[in-house]
Amino acid sequence: MAVTASPRPAPGKQRPKRESMADWRWGDRIAYVLCWGAGLALCAIAALIMGYMAVRGLQYLKPSLLWSHPSGEVDQSDSGGFLDPIIGTILLTIIGIAIATPIAVAAAIWVVEYGRPSGLARMVESGIEVVAGTPDIVLAIFGLALFQHGLLGWMSFTAEGGAVFGRSFLTAGAMMSLIALPMVFGATREGLQSIPAHVREASYGLGKTKIATIRRVLLPAVRPNVSTGAALGMGRIAGDTAIVVILLGATLRLEKEGGVPGLDVLKGTGSTLTSYVYNNSPAGEGNAPEKAYAAAFVLLLLVVALNFTVDLIARRGAKTGLEGTRLGAGR
Amino acid sequence: MITEQPPPIRKILVDAPPTVAPGIAPPAGGHAATSGAAHHRRGEAGPERMTLQGLSVFYGENEAVKQVSLSIRLGEVLALIGPSGCGKTTLLRTLNRLTELTAGAQRGGTILLDGTDVDALEVTALRRRVAMVFQQPNPFPMSIFDNVAYALREQSRKRPGRSVLAPLVEDALRRAGLWDEVKDKLDAPALRLSGGQQQRLCIARAIATRPEVLLMDEPCSALDPRSTAVIEQLIGELRSDLAIVIVTHNMQQARRVGDKVAFMYLGDLVEYGPAEQIFDAPQAQRTRDYVRGVFG
Repeated sequence: MAVTASPRPAPGKQRPKRESMADWRWGDRIAYVLCWGAGLALCAIAALIMGYMAVRGLQYLKPSLLWSHPSGEVDQSDSGGFLDPIIGTILLTIIGIAIATPIAVAAAIWVVEYGRPSGLARMVESGIEVVAGTPDIVLAIFGLALFQHGLLGWMSFTAEGGAVFGRSFLTAGAMMSLIALPMVFGATREGLQSIPAHVREASYGLGKTKIATIRRVLLPAVRPNVSTGAALGMGRIAGDTAIVVILLGATLRLEKEGGVPGLDVLKGTGSTLTSYVYNNSPAGEGNAPEKAYAAAFVLLLLVVALNFTVDLIARRGAKTGLEGTRLGAGR
Repeated sequence: MITEQPPPIRKILVDAPPTVAPGIAPPAGGHAATSGAAHHRRGEAGPERMTLQGLSVFYGENEAVKQVSLSIRLGEVLALIGPSGCGKTTLLRTLNRLTELTAGAQRGGTILLDGTDVDALEVTALRRRVAMVFQQPNPFPMSIFDNVAYALREQSRKRPGRSVLAPLVEDALRRAGLWDEVKDKLDAPALRLSGGQQQRLCIARAIATRPEVLLMDEPCSALDPRSTAVIEQLIGELRSDLAIVIVTHNMQQARRVGDKVAFMYLGDLVEYGPAEQIFDAPQAQRTRDYVRGVFG
């Protein structure tokens, strides 16, 4: 410590000057403005989409549209609403996520907790990455080829002469699960990997088996992660069009198949909000843009609601779960 | 500047029996051992619970614990001290066969629990009898009640209900000195507790199954001094019906809580004896240097 020079600044004296942009180099200034601009532009684009869809959607959205069935009238005033597509979206999302979640969670548990031989574990991970990277239209075409196989005829219906139709809520849902699966898998894997080793050892140390540890300690701990992944996956399913158009049969209404109540809907065909929007857009056959806008707005609300759910789960997980606690703090 | 160079490592004879402080028989020699030691905490130690005979642990080629023989007695706190990497935590984790979880770890020698080789016991049964508390407080992400109940629930198809478990949970929490603090919020998440409370919950969880031996791996190193004092007092109280083995970096702590102290260095058990003698009249040069703070 030097005693002589550099006395403490007298009170009231000017504080050290804050760095201002005027001192920056030009390159820094430009980069700074560009970064700000990019952020603002994205906000503006999001607001624009939401705003435009809200204006156009609300302009045409009548409550009656939400609970009337679509019909094939040429006159738009008689062509009904989109109750069936709403039911179709919900149904397909539930089927897809119900298939995807257990498989994805089981795969994540195997990869993280067992993962032997490690080569096989890596293969599973890259396999899931491949699925995640496959365009949905490719999955749809593959699904059609798969489910038209005679052995899988029970999932849709078989025409006279033995041709399998291959299109139904079950087949579309099965393919949709592949879209959601990587999301649930990734989130669960991250969650499991973030649990420190000593938590598992604490359970083993109490004389618990590996299975008991997974069921009673690890799975409850990663529940927020699974929920987040599932909500993300549901958003993907609800927003997908290609699989619906190709694998759901593209009937506007729910068409039942077979006589077993409940199963007849699953084996039948229908539409979702995405296919409804597509069909009613100028590109589709219906050419009823008003209804397309109204349905698109409903779809947007649905997906935004799902995203908010994700946020909510993540934040609630942070409060009661592991983040920010000793358990999540690592070793 | 450094006048007292530590002697070369190999001067510690690997095959030689540990230096045993006078006034105590060799570990295997029965339990008249402590009679000579003027221990201010307790006069008589209980029967031998665990016996280690020529215990070695290898991680691949590296021998982390070398031919250690020790005995662990009921009613006694054995403190394992030594510098980092000396094998004390490995030794501790071997006692409930937790080292088996580490890939590449191998064990030689024998560990007896009440005369039975631990390898002959089912590992889940062994770990219920030889419980463990870890360095980091690690309650499970569930309620306070469930943390303790989890330990109590047998792995059977019939799961005991809350009414059966409640008295046992209360008993465990009382013995861990946590009951009064948590009795009104048993269903609150355990992770909301403070660090010291979490560690006591982990102790409650560990002693809920009434184990014979409690292993503690630096249980206070993540805690503040006040919580440490509470845990140390708890260790003193628990000692009466348990054998406790505690690993610690902190020599003051070893002195405060330990009835017996074992000093390890580079995998060797250098010296073993009553706490006073290890600290006040160590026999081996290494121990003398370590407890005086020459190295470590």
